[in-house]
Amino acid sequence: MELSEHIKTANVEDVTLRRPFHPALRGTLCVTSHHLLFSDGKDEASWQLLILLKNIDAIEKRAVGSSGTITIKCKDLLVLQLEIPGMEECLNIASSIEALSSLESVTEMYPFFYRPSHLTLSGPWGLSSMEQYYKQTERLWDRWRISTVNSDYSVCLSYPSAVIVPREVDDDMLIRSARFRQGGRFPVLSYCHHRNGMVIMRSSQPLTGANKKSCKEDELLLRAVIDGSKLGYIIDLRSAQQAQQARMTGGGFESKSCYSDWKRFHRHHERGKVVQESLIKLVEACSDPSHSVDRWLSKLENSKWLSHVHSALCTAGLVVECVERDGHSVLVHGSEGTDNTLLVSSLAQLILDPASRTVTGFLCLLEREWIQAGHPFQQRCAHSAYSHARLKQECPSFLLLLDCVWQVWRQFPLALEFSEALLLRLAQEVYASNYGTFLCNSEQERCAAGVKENTHCLFQSLLRPDIEEQYLNPLYEPTDLVIWPSVHPQSLQLWTGLFLRWTEYAQNMEEAREEVWSIVKEHREQAGPDRTNNMLSTHCDTLTPFENLMDELTIL
Amino acid sequence: MEHIITPKVEHVKLLNKYPEKKSALGTLYLTATHLIYVEQTNNSRAETWVLHHHIMSVEKLPLTAPGCPLLIRCKTFQLLHLLFQKERDCQDVYQSLLHLSQPVKEDELYAFLYTPHQNQEDRRQGWEFISVANDFSRMGLSNEYWEISPLNKNYEICSTYPSILGLPKNASVAVVTGSAKFRSRGRLPVLSYYHKDTKAAICRCSQPLSGLTSRCVEDEQMLQAISQANPNCPFIYVVDTRPKLNAMANRAAGKGYENEDNYSNIRFQFQGIENIHVMRNSLQKLLEVCSMKSPSMSDYLTGLENSGWMRHIKSVMDAGVFLAKAVSEERASVLVHCSDGWDRTAQVCSLACILLDPYYRTIKGLMVLIEKEWISFGHKFSHRCGHLDSDPKEVSPVFTQFLECVWQLSEQFPCVFEFNERYLIEIHNQVYACQYGNFIGNCQKERLDMRLHEKTFSLWPHLLKNQHLYRNPLYRRSLESTVLRPSTLPLHFKFWCGMYNHYDGGMHPKQSVLDQLLSLTQKQVEGERTMTELQRQLAVADGVLPDPSGLISTPTKQDSPCEKTPTAPVVQSNGSCAPLINGDAEEAVPGAEKCNEEEGAES
Repeated sequence: MELSEHIKTANVEDVTLRRPFHPALRGTLCVTSHHLLFSDGKDEASWQLLILLKNIDAIEKRAVGSSGTITIKCKDLLVLQLEIPGMEECLNIASSIEALSSLESVTEMYPFFYRPSHLTLSGPWGLSSMEQYYKQTERLWDRWRISTVNSDYSVCLSYPSAVIVPREVDDDMLIRSARFRQGGRFPVLSYCHHRNGMVIMRSSQPLTGANKKSCKEDELLLRAVIDGSKLGYIIDLRSAQQAQQARMTGGGFESKSCYSDWKRFHRHHERGKVVQESLIKLVEACSDPSHSVDRWLSKLENSKWLSHVHSALCTAGLVVECVERDGHSVLVHGSEGTDNTLLVSSLAQLILDPASRTVTGFLCLLEREWIQAGHPFQQRCAHSAYSHARLKQECPSFLLLLDCVWQVWRQFPLALEFSEALLLRLAQEVYASNYGTFLCNSEQERCAAGVKENTHCLFQSLLRPDIEEQYLNPLYEPTDLVIWPSVHPQSLQLWTGLFLRWTEYAQNMEEAREEVWSIVKEHREQAGPDRTNNMLSTHCDTLTPFENLMDELTIL
Repeated sequence: MEHIITPKVEHVKLLNKYPEKKSALGTLYLTATHLIYVEQTNNSRAETWVLHHHIMSVEKLPLTAPGCPLLIRCKTFQLLHLLFQKERDCQDVYQSLLHLSQPVKEDELYAFLYTPHQNQEDRRQGWEFISVANDFSRMGLSNEYWEISPLNKNYEICSTYPSILGLPKNASVAVVTGSAKFRSRGRLPVLSYYHKDTKAAICRCSQPLSGLTSRCVEDEQMLQAISQANPNCPFIYVVDTRPKLNAMANRAAGKGYENEDNYSNIRFQFQGIENIHVMRNSLQKLLEVCSMKSPSMSDYLTGLENSGWMRHIKSVMDAGVFLAKAVSEERASVLVHCSDGWDRTAQVCSLACILLDPYYRTIKGLMVLIEKEWISFGHKFSHRCGHLDSDPKEVSPVFTQFLECVWQLSEQFPCVFEFNERYLIEIHNQVYACQYGNFIGNCQKERLDMRLHEKTFSLWPHLLKNQHLYRNPLYRRSLESTVLRPSTLPLHFKFWCGMYNHYDGGMHPKQSVLDQLLSLTQKQVEGERTMTELQRQLAVADGVLPDPSGLISTPTKQDSPCEKTPTAPVVQSNGSCAPLINGDAEEAVPGAEKCNEEEGAES
């Protein structure tokens, strides 16, 4: 079925648009295969609102006399109301939105149609890969190698085609180890610490099962990781009890008898549905108009969102402590190794590694540790906080990561090269995007769908000099130190930038941000022209307003 | 000095809040004014100074194997956990501190000992620097509706009010004195703030002695006069900041609230702010939450909720917002009271002033506001802060709550305040420190009787001298004229970690945007100054300007009124901060070494 067949009414005049903290507007509403477009006039000076249909999480219809109201709740947490004259038109628009916002087929999604004039499809796709990471990291060359055992994705469906493994472990051993790990996610290198060569590995749980199976190759693989040194740490992201229970369903943990060089810690992390429900509860609490402080605090507590942020940072801190302070290598895993595992290992890298705190470095980290490492974005981000649809595999793991990164940024406001704006942009893009970066669930799927050939790369686009400035932290001062965040509950805050994004509060913060920029710019001008050239290039004019509009997902 | 039994104790341990962290070993000194703990390791020396007046309680804990523990809680929310080797030393220090922290007589307070390098003239000018009378002129008073009256010059009408009062022009002396007799402690309705743009006024008083049935014609006329002084609105709001139940209970004791039937054109409102006892207990609970060893997120949030603290802060803010709205949007005058009109009333009136008038959002403006609404209108600082050994039931964090409300506003509006968080915290420390005379005594008359202006110094010039520490680099003058309309949704109220966990350095951001911006803007100011100086020299060289014999003053941004005022005292470390004590030894704390030796400015 063609997408356009979902559209029975493409245009409606005299629609009233209501947004929080803005006066109501009247104008024309259009539905296209991928967008909802509202325009308050015909001439070029008109104000336009363009929403990707995929950004719409839920809609509510209500009839008022002969006209209808549609409330649109977006995945980026914006809530809009459209008053549409004519009941039939209203219902048609609503059913178009419902059908087109939940397309299942990847190739029908907008990134496959997004063709801005300033980008070409032939350009490079992506920033980083395991091969590149290997090439850049000299410390690895001696004892580690790139393995292409998964080049056809037959060993592990969710791993990239190339992974880094100990040199002395051959591909056959990897295949055997993969059979012993859930989803074939055998232990691979995620990070090598520049100061002491200790590594962070990640995997999924071992399939020991109820009768305590073991796998010689898996044991050898891990022994090769620590290479003669006495000790490694396994950080299991489940409680000891949960890990025990996992054996009943074929999973399990690394027993002391088989992995005698490894010391295991258990840290309980919630996953899947529970975390998704936390997000739903938190967003609900944030839009609660009640004036009772007690009610707010109890809802905030009850949502448990900050508890998840707290545990993620605590465990990342533990990993950092093992690597940096104790000088031991670490293996991180939970069950599947595609959510909390990635959360903890990437946070630990941000804390440890100055290179991952630049804009490019951070995007590379996300690319390696989330996209290539097989975080199932399409499943996890199918719905956000407003959807009433029955939850399937949704889980805001990536949003949780961004929140944790924001907490680190708040505590070390000079140590990260990027600003909160980048985190907010990513929070938006991960749910609905013009770009192909967050499509699909794994490299294998992206490959099959031809994502790299047919869509543009978000990260490449974010790094264009004219775009990048808004994502820079004006106060950035690189530091080589480990940036150890405090995990006292008092030190963690609600990420107002995200959760109160569409309120007046956000405008005040924007003013403050501009003020910081102007102070820094004035200072740099005084400091002399030599420092200013690349940092302060002003927006270039090559973008037409419309392209600019397309670049943002919702409102300019 | 006679209270100091042992001036020096060696081998005292200072326990870290977190048991896994190493505790310090050092020497404890007691001086007439301070407790000093010196930690001496091979090549470093860390000093912790605690002012005796900052000590809220000293508690001897049960004897343990490693020694004899002493827990010292401070009014600045610092917590010291000491461990003595000898029980005897512990007992001596305990005894000494009990006396030193709560003197019996006023002249034992630090301010009476404290002598900065100032002469009498400096001292006099220092006291005159902030003037409530000037603030009335700034508002445009006296005018055709209001006059600044000396009726209370001998404190005869009301002993706890200031000597000058803003009164409606058409209120006769008989009405004024009659109204005073009908108000609790004679605290009659007088002007607090006049809003030039709308001609609406905020007035304050105490509760009426209405009981169940009494009424007073003069008091009714007084309210009528206040109403008539505002040509823009036919009615006035009467705001009772108490919960309705409390106000009703007072009626049985012959006090109460205004009966709308007796007063013409009033609109009566309760605001539901709890009394000083509720607030004291709430803070107690909040501090318990703050000092939990390693709470889970849920423990912390539940504790925060159960303390009720945020709820109380919001209730004060709500009332302030109500006032500001009434004045700026409805152009209506407001009369505010609680029971005695010196706690909740002070909070609410001063908050409304900040919301309405950008002047009070400046460094000097906040001084004026505190001087006006708190000091001169008789907020009982001595009792509320427990300066002297007195009734513990009188102690309450009313002023702290006001400062917190200002901080909450500054979090919502980062660009509208000239000062930063440190200014608020420094003022808070100074209120309890009794180093300067401003916050000693309970009302103007008491201060006059104590001859504070002759015997002590004023805090304000000292703060102004250090104003570079307190500047908010994001302050935008262009936003000046706006009335602030904060959101009072609960989610906008944050826990003030910088205040209540001030001494838990490990909890604070490890890098400070404020310091960074201050240093950038400081360089800028210096740069501009150099530039102006260079231009001037050029002009001299070109013969445009006459010879540089100092006739031309270089206009610099630093040319603020403070330089015309007497130089503030040279401060020996006065203990309002202890830079090193709780700075967690996290290893990656870039910039944390910049511990500021200046008082109160912990980096």
